[in-house]
Amino acid sequence: MPFDLHSINLFDMGKQFVFTLTLQKISFLAVAFMTFASAVAVVTMKNIFHSLLFLVLTFLGVAGIYLLLSADFLAAVQVLVYIGAITVLIMFALMLTSKLMAKRVSQTMEQWIVALPVTLGILVVLIRLVVLNPWGMKAAPAGPTTGIIGTSLMTKYLLPFELASIVLLVAVVGAILLAKEDKSDDPS
Amino acid sequence: MSLTLTGIIKLVFGWLHIPEFLVQPTVMIVAAAIILGFILLVVLYLVYGLRKVMGWIQARIGPNRVGWEGLAQTIADALKLLTKEDIIPKNADKWPFIIAPIIVFVPAYMVYLVIPFGKGNGWVVQDLNIGILYVVAVLAIPTIGIITAGWSSNNKWSLLGAFRAAAQIISYDIPLVLAMVPAVMLAGTLSTQGIVNAQQGTWFGIFPRWFIVSQGVGFIIYLLAALAESNMTPFDIMEAESELVAGFNTEYSGMKFALFFLAEFASMFTVSAIAVTLFFGGWLPIHPSLSFIPPVIWFLGKAAVFIFVIMWIRSTLPRVRVDQLMSFGWKVLIPVALLNIAWTGLLVILA
Repeated sequence: MPFDLHSINLFDMGKQFVFTLTLQKISFLAVAFMTFASAVAVVTMKNIFHSLLFLVLTFLGVAGIYLLLSADFLAAVQVLVYIGAITVLIMFALMLTSKLMAKRVSQTMEQWIVALPVTLGILVVLIRLVVLNPWGMKAAPAGPTTGIIGTSLMTKYLLPFELASIVLLVAVVGAILLAKEDKSDDPS
Repeated sequence: MSLTLTGIIKLVFGWLHIPEFLVQPTVMIVAAAIILGFILLVVLYLVYGLRKVMGWIQARIGPNRVGWEGLAQTIADALKLLTKEDIIPKNADKWPFIIAPIIVFVPAYMVYLVIPFGKGNGWVVQDLNIGILYVVAVLAIPTIGIITAGWSSNNKWSLLGAFRAAAQIISYDIPLVLAMVPAVMLAGTLSTQGIVNAQQGTWFGIFPRWFIVSQGVGFIIYLLAALAESNMTPFDIMEAESELVAGFNTEYSGMKFALFFLAEFASMFTVSAIAVTLFFGGWLPIHPSLSFIPPVIWFLGKAAVFIFVIMWIRSTLPRVRVDQLMSFGWKVLIPVALLNIAWTGLLVILA
């Protein structure tokens, strides 16, 4: 049975929701809970390395949601890029920042009173968007998606694809320029 | 494996009047248990094999006391590890310290899901249509465990090991994936069984149509990057006994150390199995006339050859220096791998 977002109605837990808990819905709820709980842990942990470990769990949860939507290619790429590369890079940067690892950092400061209304406003907008948007998506039946993604990237979405490549190229060139030693100023 | 397994379990369940819907979960659990048993068996004798091969290469005898010709040596070692005291350093970060070995071992075990041991769906646990991508993605996870282990030990050697692990794996992930791409391009599928099936047939009736014929360079890049990814000599700078005591696992003892050990040897088999699948025709015989030998024997035999090559490299080459390792990865392996992809693209278009 394909996963159907319509049947999960957060604000009206009618009998339909209670009585039609399928295996897929149970897995969705478990994965969503894991993602959400670890995301909360990321912003509340006192130890920055622990936050990072929970961030890994959040990324895994997102990959799980991709899997439930039968986007297996995307799920694998999510694990490879976010967990295999980005988290490792953040860990590397953390270890380079001296004395940060042992410190207990507080994740809140005096300005939280100002920040609260702003974030609440954004939250309201997001919730309205999620509720009002007619989610027309139903998970496609499980099947190979790799070819479909490749074809649409090379035809329909060629321009965004190329633009993303240029953005990345600019970032790479910039990073090399910053990291390069300036030989002309070096007297020796 | 699971095909015949399903049949057997259905039969047994039907006989015992156990409801039908429990068949699938039971099949999964039994398949997982079979794979775990296989890993334990393989690791047990890979450790013995490594010590023997290393011994012979260094003009020693190797283990020869426990059991016939030392065959029970690893069993004795494993039992000793199990009975050791489990020490957690006082200043260690307790929970990350405990879960780190698990983060390292579980992915090394999960990869076996898509390894095609033989012909057809009966010899692979689950032939995913993203097979090779799944392997790459899952193998990226142990890094987190290694860094966590090094950081939570609260020991400068461990932290240095973790540091090196992060730098090394970031650099060698890229050539590893780039080296796998040409085989996928030639096969036109990511599925591991599909890649093996695409290598069927012969050139001129003699030479097997394995991807190694056009992918010699790709294979060498794959082997080097995979050795680095799975932390094996000459790329084991994150463990480096002569510099860092034992690197990221300095503080580990008993069962936790055993899990790191298990993961390392389990991935030694994985590296060989994936090399065989991508470049050497998987379970296909070297010539169709030799197909009377079962495919699974071909697969394990070829994997054994590469395991021997890895052991050979391990016991003869010295460890590379950290800066050499980095510049080699970025300045040699990645450009060559990209050129190799371009050349394969040309081949695919012309064919």
